[in-house]
Parts: sequence; structure tokens; C-alpha cells
Amino acid sequence: MHYPLTLGPARLHALASGALHWPEAGLLVVSDLHLGKSARLARRGGALLPPYETRATLEKLDADIARTVPRAVICLGDSFDDLAAGEDLDEADALWLARLMAGRDWTWIEGNHDPGPLRLGGAHRAQAQVGGLTFRHIADPAQRLEVSGHFHPKARLAGQARPCFLADADRIILPAYGVYTGGLWASDPAFGFLRPEALAVLTGHRALAIPARG
Amino acid sequence: MPTLPAPLQTWFAARGWQLHPHQTQMMERAAAPSTLLVAPTGGGKTLAGFLPTLADLGAAPGPGLHTLYISPLKALTADIRRNLRAPIEGAGLAIRVEDRTGDTGQTARKRQRVDPPHILLTTPESLALLLSYPDAGRLFAGLRRVIVDEIHALAESKRGDQLALLLARLQALAPGLRRVGLSATVEDPPALARFLAAGTQVLHADPGPDPDISVLQTAQDPPWAGGGGRHAIPDILAQVRAHRTTLIFHNTRAQAELFFRDLWLANDQGLPIGIHHGSLAREQRERVEAAMAAGQLRAVVCTGSLDLGIDWGDVDLVIQVGAPKNVKRLVQRIGRANHRYNAPSKALLVPANRFEVVECKAALDAVRDHALDGEPRGPGPRDVLCQHILMTACAGPFDADALFHEVRSAGPYAGLTRAGFDAALDFVATGGYALRAYDKWQRLRPAGGLWALRDPRAAAVIRQNLGTIIDTETLKVRLKGRFGGTPLGEVEEAFAATLTPGDTFLIGGEVVRYEGLNELTVEVTRQPGREPKVAVFNGTKFATSTLLADRILAIFGQEAWPDLPAHTARWLALQRQVSRLPDRRSLLLESFPHDGREHLCIYGFAGRNAQQTLGLLVTKQMEEHGLDPLGFVATDYATLIWGLRPVTDPAPLFAPETLRAGLDSWLNGNALMKRTFRAVAIVAGLIERSHQGRRKTGRQATFSSDILYDTLRRHDPDHLLLQITREEAMRGLIDFSRIDGMLARVEGRIDLRRLDRVTPLAAPLFLEPGKVPIHGHGREKLAEKAAQALMEAAGLV
Repeated sequence: MHYPLTLGPARLHALASGALHWPEAGLLVVSDLHLGKSARLARRGGALLPPYETRATLEKLDADIARTVPRAVICLGDSFDDLAAGEDLDEADALWLARLMAGRDWTWIEGNHDPGPLRLGGAHRAQAQVGGLTFRHIADPAQRLEVSGHFHPKARLAGQARPCFLADADRIILPAYGVYTGGLWASDPAFGFLRPEALAVLTGHRALAIPARG
Repeated sequence: MPTLPAPLQTWFAARGWQLHPHQTQMMERAAAPSTLLVAPTGGGKTLAGFLPTLADLGAAPGPGLHTLYISPLKALTADIRRNLRAPIEGAGLAIRVEDRTGDTGQTARKRQRVDPPHILLTTPESLALLLSYPDAGRLFAGLRRVIVDEIHALAESKRGDQLALLLARLQALAPGLRRVGLSATVEDPPALARFLAAGTQVLHADPGPDPDISVLQTAQDPPWAGGGGRHAIPDILAQVRAHRTTLIFHNTRAQAELFFRDLWLANDQGLPIGIHHGSLAREQRERVEAAMAAGQLRAVVCTGSLDLGIDWGDVDLVIQVGAPKNVKRLVQRIGRANHRYNAPSKALLVPANRFEVVECKAALDAVRDHALDGEPRGPGPRDVLCQHILMTACAGPFDADALFHEVRSAGPYAGLTRAGFDAALDFVATGGYALRAYDKWQRLRPAGGLWALRDPRAAAVIRQNLGTIIDTETLKVRLKGRFGGTPLGEVEEAFAATLTPGDTFLIGGEVVRYEGLNELTVEVTRQPGREPKVAVFNGTKFATSTLLADRILAIFGQEAWPDLPAHTARWLALQRQVSRLPDRRSLLLESFPHDGREHLCIYGFAGRNAQQTLGLLVTKQMEEHGLDPLGFVATDYATLIWGLRPVTDPAPLFAPETLRAGLDSWLNGNALMKRTFRAVAIVAGLIERSHQGRRKTGRQATFSSDILYDTLRRHDPDHLLLQITREEAMRGLIDFSRIDGMLARVEGRIDLRRLDRVTPLAAPLFLEPGKVPIHGHGREKLAEKAAQALMEAAGLV
């Protein structure tokens, strides 16, 4: 179950999965997939997480693509935990990703974790323009009509914390789509640039909107 | 019959000591391969176990380890050493007695392996360590006798399963080894005999006089719920004054602490009273023990840490606060009073709430009837076997066939199949299918027909992780504040998991409000002057035994209750009038609205763990039937569920197949299951509790074990450790076997009573701590409503 959002000319759907769907443009947007996080932690000598979170994220993405059948997909940066994670992706996972990308206009926006081009195909951009909206990794408070990610926003409702979209008339900030990711509370002063009437759209079983300022 | 050395006979005679008949019989059976002695506390059974050793060693024995004594408690080994030294030194025998436990220093440990004493006193964990060294064969080659004390206590847990495997190992190293088991309270002597060794003979000593036991009459009636027993403090103080030395037993440490604090406030005569429980520092416990032994204390408030062993001399009264939950344990505790042969023990029971009044009565009757409870233990768990294989590999390369036959000679593993053994061996060698890619879990390699450690350096880590006792993980509690906040203490992780923001609870004597979990820390704010909603955490879970539950139901079935206090009799009569009392024949359910929510009360009387599991499974069914459950709370007797809709047709919710199917899928995501898996994974050596001296915190271990659990579940659902985890789920924390038993007993006779309000029997459940929230459609609906309200309030709709 989605929650409808309007940004400038665009009528968008905030999906309960954490993806943003723009039906008229045939566009699906996801942010902060953080694929290969466990591999990076292992390389750094940290906790040895099993490498299955990449598959969990891909399963989710596969389901969203199957449901919305987008012509184009934009990944708003931090798609891989670092450049090496992108290069080291397990063969089966790389094939899976290639299958999802096949026949679609696929854009990788560069994030702070994964700047630069990757071997996986698709277009690589610092930012992208579609139908009057700008897609970039980190929100730019000086700009309007932009869609971004990076912050992993989350909010609490009825005693439970959930990842959330943050939305006002100027911009939409997407929640992290990846599995093992922390987050920043919607009430954090870092989001001070949002308008007072901004909404937090919680993900989970269904998308639920509440005032972002609690 | 062997004879005692002459100096020892002289020493005994000088003290006017004479052997009890069972002590003489133990001497007569010195050559028997395996003997189990069942004798009451204070009957000199430990000495009976050692007499054949003393006779065999004689006045001037040659070098080498002769007898191994194994007890469940470190404290017990020290106590036995003192008790044994008196006759040995008194008679001038050249017999060396030493203990070896986790507290023994490095130097002493090394020396003991090179130059062992004649008699070594130890615990199962320390024995496992000794057997893990390559020189174990030399150390134990001349071993003649092994004595297992308090064997009933060991046999109830994985420590016993491990011990059985260690005994098999010892027997292989020393084929002539004679085994002796010593036990006080035991409900099934033949089963315990099989545990010790095939062909064990059982010797029963005179059980002594029946205890003098009753329920303490208190001026103030017990409260409706809770477990503190603090209403009885004036009456308990009067009893302490009237006796020489009193032991006051509690079921949990938290209750003991709270009770002790209030007891001191009421102790206006300044009677010397101490406290003793497992989480106090060793020095503090030893001070209390020493003061007790010296007769300086009038009372000790204590927990299970004093259930076993140590001789307390002058205790003349035992008080049990709170329902005993288990008759065997009660009998054991009662035995702590009057530690002299042929003197009756005196004990008083103090029920802490109304339900417990009935349970105490049931327990009293059971003790008088000599009825002991005990669930039969299933076959030896394979996580312990995995650890045993690792331990064996540490000592040197081994032959799989030989080890299989050795393992099968251990009582709990007598029925182990070759396939079961091979699966454990494969897990130890490769980590199992899903983990085969990781070097760290490939422990063994084939070496010339034998199995050897792949990396000999791994032995150090394996040794550090030997043992089957799993510590509970605790989380720090801090006052919420910008700069870290003031630390208040610790709570068990499992308790923290049951809290929802806004819950109030007691810690360090003050009431705090739970705000949330921040990384490793429970954040709270002060709530002075409020009664805590969640009174105290119930600590380790002792579920009321089947025997006691059945006896409680039998009491409920009486026409009237002249032998119960008037307040309790009135309460039961009122319940019978407005609804009915539960019985063994059927499963009583009550459904009623209260405080804007619908409630369902399930009187399963299956013990706390099973009632908790029933709560989880039934709420899952309710979720699927669109009944929107929001949460539940469980006690030993009942489960209370609340939600948005009433239950009108209970049969589909309680169909055994449905519940079992629900169990299988629920086993997947549940926190209790993850805890069970964590314990299994630690015992089986998949995760370490200690790595090169650095002890992992519970949280670290939990974190990686949770992820491993999810991973195995998704990618290797038949992994050995998941199989073991499912087997464990049938008992212990999840205890599905008792739900099964209850459903089989009622055979579909489910009696749902729809009432217009709370019933007398259900009312105390509203005051119980440990409420479990259900995150399902009901909560989703509430979340939608809350979102709607917030949007309206902000004028955004």
C-alpha cells in the first residue's frame, strides 16, 4: 500500500518497501542499497556477517520491479558499500542484478560510499534530471524539486521505529533500501531545512504518513 | 570386604564414630563396577563414597591419581576437601587431597597434571579441561574410582550429559574404573542409575524421619499478584527470633534482594542477617558462609546458590518464600535444616500471592505423600556431543569408530545412531553446508585414517570455551541524558526485550520509566513516587511442575476449602460462582471485555514457559483469523491475551496440528528461539564466549548468533544446529511438550465462557509483569489511527 506524494508536476507513490514510484514517468527510485556491506566489514576485519544481506536487498528490489514494471530505475547513491564491494559482488548476485537491469534505463547516482564508475553497466551520473525533478544523493537545501537519499531517515509511531520518507513541497528524501543500515531520526536538527509541515511517510507493512516534526 | 587402615579405625573409634549401615554396604560393594547410593542429607553419604578409596589407598599409598570426585559446585569441592582432611590428617595418613576448579591458580594446575594428588576434587567443566590435554592418557591411566556427588542435580542439565561423555572417556583411559553416584532426592532411581552407567546397582539408605513442614500464618493476607513475600516480613522476623539459625529461600535473586532490603528496614532488633546469592562477589559470599559456619548469623536470605551441598551446621529452620514450583527442589531445601541424621527438618512455606497459597498447599501435600516431580530427560543433546568431539580432538587425533562406540557407552547417548554421530562429526569438521566457505568453522581434517585438528592453535580457544553453562546476558541501565547518563545497574537482556516505552520498573531501589534501547544500554528516566508497573524481573524461570499443577487442579475440584485460608477459599468460591474453576478434564477459557480491550484467559496450567509459548502460538492464530491481538502475559497457570476483537470460536485456535505448524514457523523469527540457538551454538562451538582471554560480551555474541540463526534458517534449514535448536524448543524455555501434553489430556474439550467483566481468577494476571507485545494487524490498525490523529492534530489532512 503506497502513500501519494506530489512534488512540483510529479504525482509520486511512496511505497511501503521504501522505493519511490512515479507511474506516469515509468520510473522507480531507490536509495542507499549498501550492497556488499558484510563483505566490506569483513575486509576491514570487523564482524563477520554472512553475505546474505545483498540477496535480501535484491529480493526486495526484484519484487518492487515485478510489481511496478518501470521503464527506468534510478539508484540514488551508496548503492554499494564501497567501490570494491561493487567489483567483488558475488557472481550469482551480479547476474541477478544484471537480469533486473536488462531492458531498463538504469542510472547509478554517485554517493559518498561509491563515487566513480562501476563494471556493472548502466549510466553513472553525479545527478540526473527527469521531468523537472532533480535526482541526487545528498539533499541541497538551496535547490527545489529534488529527490535524494543519504540520511537513512527513520521515525517512531506507536512505539516502533521504522525507516521513513521525508517529504515537503520542495523535496523528498528516501529511506535506506538496504538491509543492515542504521538511521537518523526525522526529528534530528540535521533536517532543519525541511518545511514545518513536512511529512514522514513510514515504511513497513503499509506506508503511513505522520508529521515529520512529531 | 576391604578394611579401613588401622590408624583411621583408631581415629574413628576415638571420636565414638560408627559407620552407618549404608556406609558399611558401600565398603562391601567396593569392587562393584558402578553403584548409586541414595541417602538423605546429613547421612554421611559423601564419606560413604570415599570409604572404599581410603581403604584401598591404605596408610602409605604410592604415587598417582587414584580417585576423582566430581561435584556440581565449586564451593562443595572446597567443603569436601576440608571434611576429608580432618580424618586423613587426624589419622596421619599420607593421602594427598586437592581440588581443581575454575578458581585453582595456573601454577597449581600445572603441578597437578605433572604430579597429581591421590584424590582430586573437581567439577565437570574442569574435568573436561583436564581431558582435553594430550597428556590426559598418562594422568588418568591409573585412576581406580570416580565419585559423582549430587548426581541428580547434574543429571538434569547439559552438564550431566557432558559428564556422562567424560566418564566414558575416563573409562576408555582407565578400563578398571569403578563408578559411584551419590544422591539425596531422586524421583526415579533406576533412570539415574542408567545415567551413571549401564548395570549400576542402587543402594537405598534409611530415608530418616519425615520433615515438619507447614504454611506460615501471616497477619497480613498475601497480595493478589507479585512474588516478593514482603507482606510476611513481621511474621518471618518472629520466626527468626524463635530459632537459632534460619535459611530464607527465594526463587530469584531480584526477589531475594528486595526482600532483604525490606527485612533490614523491619529488623529493629538488629538481628545479624546476611544475604547469599549467585551474583554476589565470591569474597562476599565466602564472608557470609564463614560467618554462618561460625554461628554468627541468625538468618541468611538466599537463592538456589544454597540449594546444594555445603554443611551449615546449626540451621534449624528453613523458610521458602514464594511457591516452590517443584517438589524435589523444595525437599532439597527443607533438607538444609537440621543437617543431622535422624532429626526431622523443620520448614515453613510463605505463599507470595493468592495463586501461590493453593500451590503451597499442593506442595505440602506432595511432600507428605513422598511424591517427587521430574520430567524424564530426553536423549543426550548433540550440541554437547559436538563439544565433546572438539575436546577429544584437542587431546590428539582420534578414530571415528572408536569414539562412536565410546560415546554410545554414555547413558544419555546409548540410543545415538551412527548417522546422528556422523552429522555431529561433519558439523565439527566443516561447519555444515551453509558455512562451509568459512575457514574458521572447518575444525578437523582427516589424518591417516584418524581425525585431527586442522589448526592445532585452535585448541587454546576450544579449551577456553569448554563447558555447558551459559551465562545470561545483561544490559546496562542508564538515566537518559545528553552526556551518557548515570548508570543505575543491569537487567537481563531478555527482560529488556519485554519492556515497551512507558513501562516502569524497579532497579537499585528506585522506580524508573523505560524510554528505549540505545545500542547496549537501557535508557530510563526517574519516576519517583510511582508504583512500578513491572515490579521485578522474575529471574531464572522455574516453571511449576506437572505434578504440582495437577495437584492444584485437584484442590480446585474440592467442594469447599476448609484447609485453605479464608481469603483464598472466598476467592475460589467467587470464581466458581461467576464462572467456573479449571480442571484436568478440559481447557477453560474465559473471554471478557475490560478497559476498552477484549481479553482471553487460557487456564492451561502448563507452567510459565509453556504458557508463554502458548501465548505466542495462539496470538499468531488470532492474527491469522483477523482477531487483532495486541499482547499477552503468561504465568505458571494461565495466559492472558488482549486485543481488539473477542474470541468466539476457540477450537480452530487450539487445534494441535495448527499449533504445531505454528510452532514450526514461529520457531523461525522468535527471540526465545534465538536465545536457544545462541546457547546451542556456544555449546557446539560455533560461536565463542571467550577468545584468547577476551570475553565477548553477551550482546556481541547475541548479535552474531542472531545473524547466524537467520542465515542458517534461510539457506540451510536442516543444519545440525537448527535441528538441535528445534529439539531444545520442545523443553526448556519453549517447553512445547507440555502444551502437547495438556492438549492430549483435554482431547478437544475446550470450554469457552463469555463473561461481561474480569473474573476473580483472571484479575491477578493484570498485575503480572513481563507483558509481551504482538506486532501484527491489531497494532498496525492502532498505528494507522495514531498516524491519522497526528495528521489531524497538525492540520495536515
